[in-house]
Amino acid sequence: MSLRRPAKNQPENFEFNSLSLNAAKTIVSKYPEGKQQSAVMALLYIAQRQNDNWIPLAAMKYIAKFLDMPYIKVYEVATFYTMYNLSPVGKYFIQVCTTTPCMIRGASKLVEACKEKISQNECELSNDKSCSWMEVECLGACVNAPMMQINDHYYEDLDKEKTLKILDQILKGENPKPGSYRGRINNEPENNRKTLMDYKNA
Amino acid sequence: MLKDQDRIFKNLYNDMGSDVVSSQKRGDWVNTKEITDKGRDWIINEIKDSQLRGRGGAGFPTGLKWSFAPKAVGSRPHYLVINGDESEPGTCKDRDILRFEPHKLIEGCLIASYAIQAHICYIYIRGEYFVDGQKLQAAIDEAYEKKLLGKNAAGTGWDLDIYIHYGAGAYICGEETALLESIEGKKGQPRLKPPFPALIGLYGCPTIINNVETIAVVPTILRKGGKWFASLGREKNTGTKIFCISGNVNTPCNVEEEMNIPLKELIEVHAGGVIGGWDNLQAVIPGGSSMPLIPKEKCETLTMDFDSLMAEKSGLGTAGIVVINKDQDIIKCMARIARFYKHESCGQCTPCREGSGWMWRMLERMAKGDATKDEVDMLGDVTNQIAGHTICAFGEGSSWPVQGLLRHFKKEIVERNNLDPIVQKKNNIPYLVDQHLLDKKNA
Repeated sequence: MSLRRPAKNQPENFEFNSLSLNAAKTIVSKYPEGKQQSAVMALLYIAQRQNDNWIPLAAMKYIAKFLDMPYIKVYEVATFYTMYNLSPVGKYFIQVCTTTPCMIRGASKLVEACKEKISQNECELSNDKSCSWMEVECLGACVNAPMMQINDHYYEDLDKEKTLKILDQILKGENPKPGSYRGRINNEPENNRKTLMDYKNA
Repeated sequence: MLKDQDRIFKNLYNDMGSDVVSSQKRGDWVNTKEITDKGRDWIINEIKDSQLRGRGGAGFPTGLKWSFAPKAVGSRPHYLVINGDESEPGTCKDRDILRFEPHKLIEGCLIASYAIQAHICYIYIRGEYFVDGQKLQAAIDEAYEKKLLGKNAAGTGWDLDIYIHYGAGAYICGEETALLESIEGKKGQPRLKPPFPALIGLYGCPTIINNVETIAVVPTILRKGGKWFASLGREKNTGTKIFCISGNVNTPCNVEEEMNIPLKELIEVHAGGVIGGWDNLQAVIPGGSSMPLIPKEKCETLTMDFDSLMAEKSGLGTAGIVVINKDQDIIKCMARIARFYKHESCGQCTPCREGSGWMWRMLERMAKGDATKDEVDMLGDVTNQIAGHTICAFGEGSSWPVQGLLRHFKKEIVERNNLDPIVQKKNNIPYLVDQHLLDKKNA
């Protein structure tokens, strides 16, 4: 299991803004009547988006009331799933995959790059408080290893140099282009494709 | 090599676009009504004839699974749940289906829902695939617009609604009952079986859970016939499969191939060979990280299907092939996998919660050469205490890779670790300190 603790400094209040409220209502309607508890995961995610990438305890209390369920059940869910950040991570949250398939293709170089550009330790905000990085478990893009995720997007086929460049762009507030950084198309074998050739140039 | 016309996922590399019009050009949604008109029994029998086995790892016969759903709908509605919580290290096939062949999946959902009499289908996608989930959502919206979903979906007379439910970074939610708990808005901790989900599943109602790839191949099987699918591969291991080849190969890729294809062909032809040549190969993990690794000698002749890998005391799992060459430290690679399992254990059963961390800490020390001689056997003992003593298969999944390492690379471990604790007392080995509580203060 992973150890997860809520942040020490917590805001007093939390409320959905109108955008989040609409999204939350649509999500609750996806589940059968009386089963609104199912929406808790999505609502926590919405709260995380609204609150700069992290979930304060006040948001869990708010969601518990919203879905008419005990606060502790929301707390349980928020602390169980690792994608919910319980303390501030900055506007850009960088997750470097270091599980074996990425590791053997040099994920440690990506970690080095993050240490140089962002902060010495993981889960630690950069000097300008705009971003933080973290080692995570398999992100499911193993044939594009090594790779990292910045907020929602995947950056694939990286090496240290390319990572440094991406991080530079992020620190300048730009949005680097997601996808492969070796110019390959999706998951096809690079310059070695032997299947579906008729469709390649169709 | 499989002929292109026999490939099911023709848009695996997104040459043609994933929208509904180009999908229809590839044959999706063409005669869905004709298929459902042949009736539920015909559909289930055809899937049984095709000998399709679940593509999510366990390889359970799909037709058989569907036949477990109650024949008549009682007071409780039926549900279809699609498992897209692809988190097994080495596996990234479902992502491509969600991105590039969403209509195969959606049509499969309609046919499967009709066969098991479900009006609601939930697709559970891991939270990290948010962007890919949005692409699937766009495809679902498109299908609603074209009346392929909703009331009287695709003119079949069957009503179906599909909803996406995102996970949030828990590997264990790929276990079917943990996935149901997660959809119900709880912690993803697996349930005891029986009762099986086919009778008591989501919200206590009959539920059939299938992998993304399993459902996505169903429409093509029904169009081309179960016999065609069964003619590929070999008996009980039929059809095609998307293989993900990652690790130390020259061109890592996803490729759809026939079952029972030689491993060497996959690596040499599609993945451009091992980095440093075939002789530089050390070991291969054949089916995602939870399957025991296979040393080079056996890779020469190994064929990739459920039963032949089982005979090698491994398994096809999700067909995520991780190639490890001799430049890598095999103990370190396995220690990293053990760390993955330590991180992902849901904490419900004590043997797994404590044992997964125990295995990781021992392997980390073994990689450094800080373990004593008798600990190698102790490690084997720990794996045996976990496997088979947990509610779900995570216990096996976490201990099998370690057992595989001990089976094939015991010599390397013993060579590196020959400390004698009685002689070298000054060696600081923190047996009693729970290191995982120290390793991340900020977590």
